[in-house]
Amino acid sequence: MIELIGLYKSFKGQNVLKGADLLIPTGKIVTVVGKSGCGKSVLVKHIMGLLRPDAGQVLIDGIDITKLGLAELDRIREKLGVLFQGGALFDSMTVAENVAFPLKEKTNMKKAEIQDRVMRALEDVGLGDRGSKFPEELSGGMKKRAALARALIKEPSLVIFDEPTTGLDPVITSSIHKLIKTTHDKYGFTAVIISHEVPGIFGIVDKVAVLHNGIIEEAGTPDEISNSINPVVKQFITGSLEGPIDIIS
Amino acid sequence: MTNFLRIAGRYALSTLREMGRMFLFLLSALEMIFKPPFKFRQLLKQMRFFGNKSLLVILLTGSFTGMVLALQLYYILRKFGSDALLGPGIALSLIRELGPVLSALMVTGRAGSALTAELGMMRISEQIDALTAMALNPIRYLIVPNIVAALIVFPLVTAIFDVIGIFGGYLVGVKLLGISGGTYFSLMEDYVEMKDVLLGFYKSISFGLIVAWISCYKGFNSGFGAAGVSKATTEAVVLSSILILVWDYVLGSFLI
Repeated sequence: MIELIGLYKSFKGQNVLKGADLLIPTGKIVTVVGKSGCGKSVLVKHIMGLLRPDAGQVLIDGIDITKLGLAELDRIREKLGVLFQGGALFDSMTVAENVAFPLKEKTNMKKAEIQDRVMRALEDVGLGDRGSKFPEELSGGMKKRAALARALIKEPSLVIFDEPTTGLDPVITSSIHKLIKTTHDKYGFTAVIISHEVPGIFGIVDKVAVLHNGIIEEAGTPDEISNSINPVVKQFITGSLEGPIDIIS
Repeated sequence: MTNFLRIAGRYALSTLREMGRMFLFLLSALEMIFKPPFKFRQLLKQMRFFGNKSLLVILLTGSFTGMVLALQLYYILRKFGSDALLGPGIALSLIRELGPVLSALMVTGRAGSALTAELGMMRISEQIDALTAMALNPIRYLIVPNIVAALIVFPLVTAIFDVIGIFGGYLVGVKLLGISGGTYFSLMEDYVEMKDVLLGFYKSISFGLIVAWISCYKGFNSGFGAAGVSKATTEAVVLSSILILVWDYVLGSFLI
């Protein structure tokens, strides 16, 4: 289980998180939604240990990772898989090399075993024939699929998806959502998804958290959020221009 | 007046902070050089990047530097009736000073800027974050191979620059201006000592460290967007070039 407790974070005097609290149950898919620039990526970067909060705690299985040193933090990260917004595939490597990279660097697996596993992972995401391509030769959707294969190759217990469908067409978006759901069902990891696909993402998640003004405004099941009477949540779900969300900032 | 002091103080503090960060960055990279696992493939790749890909520019600048030196030195030495000293003059200028400095500046322009831009792009496309999230230390993977490669390659590139420069000087001095070929090389043998070669070697190795350190630091900590990468690249080239010249003077004054 992951618990974010009273998380505060500011950059150059700008307060991004102002006491955010969130509970992410083990084995569930939780999505964090909110308007662009509200601090969703900042929030999940605390879970990855890429940022340290100004105040507050990030508990992963009861361990406060904000107090850990680099070596201990790396032990936590061993169980983590991340699908970054742009894929973050290494340009100098082929797709297969990218997917194989975590196994080559972090395990003692034999070359043939790694190749076999990479091939299976690429087939799982529908890229079985694209292993020899370089990232720049792939479309946006393919890059996300390749990055998903890399994020899952070590069978992590926690996977973070940072806007996995941004910039993709609705069909590819649905296919990525389906892929996340299928792989989740197969591996049973805990997933945190940052998304703007409202309400499309609601179909695959167990819990929705709405981030607004640096705090989690409301969290609940997709049904609860869809039927919320909270004006902020309501405006965000309906995409209305009228309401408490300041659309200019 | 108070306002001026406040601004100056703030600037001084932020400069000090930045210098502190730069030194800590260098220390953490140097510490990792001796800790396994060693990234030999990455090291060879970066040696090719610094050395092989800079070869053409080194050959061109080295030969023309030697040729220009020959022209200018011949003109000066002739006034004192010492044109026979052209060979040692060119060799000493190149080995002690121009070889290390000019080859370092050339490699900074070609490889240092490209390195900063590449690391900057990796930063903004979250590739560096991806390494960290995989529990892999990005300094070990991205910075250490560059620093070690630069420490190995810079003296080699400088040696090539010196040799090509001496032959460039030979072409102009002997073939064009009519100095005896035997005099050109034999006096060089008499006047150039091991300490001159070592001075050039120490300079080139320290310039390698400076270029790799500054280029890596600026790229690794690049700002966001194309403007951030472009600013980091410019800063890396300017700061590396200034530090090369400053360190050249400092080292030269100690080891003269």
